[in-house]
Amino acid sequence: MKNMLVVTSGIVAMILSTSTIASPREDLLAQYAAAAKVTSFSAARGQALHTQSSSGGKPDTPSCTTCHGKDTRSAGRALTGKTIEPVAVSVTPTRYTDPAKVEKWFKRNCTEVLGRECTPQEKGDWLTFVIGQ
Amino acid sequence: MRIPYRPLAIGLVTLAFSALVLARAQAGDRHFFAPVADPIVKEECGSCHLAFAPSMLPARSWQRMMGELDKHFGDNASLDPATAEKITSYLVANAGDAGGQRYSSKLLKGVTPGAAPQRITELPKWVSEHRKVPDWEWCHKEVRTKANCVACHTAAEQGYYEE
Ligand code: HEC
Ligand code: HEC
Ligand code: HEC
Repeated sequence: MKNMLVVTSGIVAMILSTSTIASPREDLLAQYAAAAKVTSFSAARGQALHTQSSSGGKPDTPSCTTCHGKDTRSAGRALTGKTIEPVAVSVTPTRYTDPAKVEKWFKRNCTEVLGRECTPQEKGDWLTFVIGQ
Repeated sequence: MRIPYRPLAIGLVTLAFSALVLARAQAGDRHFFAPVADPIVKEECGSCHLAFAPSMLPARSWQRMMGELDKHFGDNASLDPATAEKITSYLVANAGDAGGQRYSSKLLKGVTPGAAPQRITELPKWVSEHRKVPDWEWCHKEVRTKANCVACHTAAEQGYYEE
């Protein structure tokens, strides 16, 4: 009986460790890397994308920082006044663990800010930036 | 004769207190709009703004809104068809004109039958309830827009809209 328990908890631990919250993020980065045909991403380019102003999108959302704020570790605010949890993974560890959610918001927000979708390279750079924050 | 001040005072306080509680309970009913309980609706309709209580608009409003999410008040709030369908059923089932929703119909008073208003903040009843709110309050930087209910109704997430 006791052995059974040990084995079961061992299996549970294994399942838990293979699905730690880090791996969906790594999978996403690997996907973006494959699509962009690159082997690594640049946090510096990600930061530039995050803070730059663009005139390609909507006039009231010139930059990612319009909603997510200049400080990645502080909460942001949507134009409707709603608080947005910090984008830095160190502060909001649950972030970027649901690939469908990440893709949905990249699509919406890049279109808002840049007037076009982000490229896999841009997505990978931006993710690398906020994962390191 | 000695007047029993203490018991009298206690009695009075108790009376006043229960009157207060009663008044609050009644107010609570009148000001209560059941918040969104479905986790998908909360996630998809509550990330850009408060997930508005479905009982604040009639069913046809939600149907129209869900059919044009790509042009959602200037935003593209599109969803995949399966998710959109699930959300529509939830909103319609809990809409202000769905059976037995006595309190919300209060906010729908004055809406033209058959109309599908898209903004809660343009409902005649909403406008009249907020008539006395001064301009400077709307312009306050914490408010930003009329749709930011939470800025003034701190318990809006829980469904309570008191002053
Ligand atoms: C109009 C406001 C707004 C702008 C501008 C904006 N975002 Fe967002 N973003 C949001 C909201 C709202 C969410 C969803 C709420 C949340 O995740 O806390 C979000 C979520 C995200 C997510 C998903 C987070 C997760 O946990 O999966 C990513 C990725 C993202 N944004 C990237 C960007 C990038 C890159 C830019 C600039 C190109 C940008 N955003 C600009 C409002 C905005
Ligand atoms: C990408 C961001 C975004 C998402 C996602 C979103 N909305 Fe909105 N919504 C907005 C914006 C922007 C407004 C306009 C707010 C304003 O006027 O200040 C708005 C306004 C509204 C209003 C009218 C508020 C008023 O003025 O009375 C309703 C109702 C509404 N949304 C319902 C929904 C529902 C239902 C969903 C989910 C299917 C949803 N929203 C998802 C951005 C969003
Ligand atoms: C700028 C602050 C402010 C904002 C934003 C705001 N309200 Fe109000 N609201 C008030 C005040 C103040 C009253 C009370 C008015 C009175 O009694 O004269 C009120 C009253 C109400 C009432 C009536 C409650 C009763 O007494 O029966 C409802 C319902 C309501 N608000 C809903 C909303 C909703 C829904 C939103 C967002 C779409 C919203 N409010 C946004 C300030 C605000």
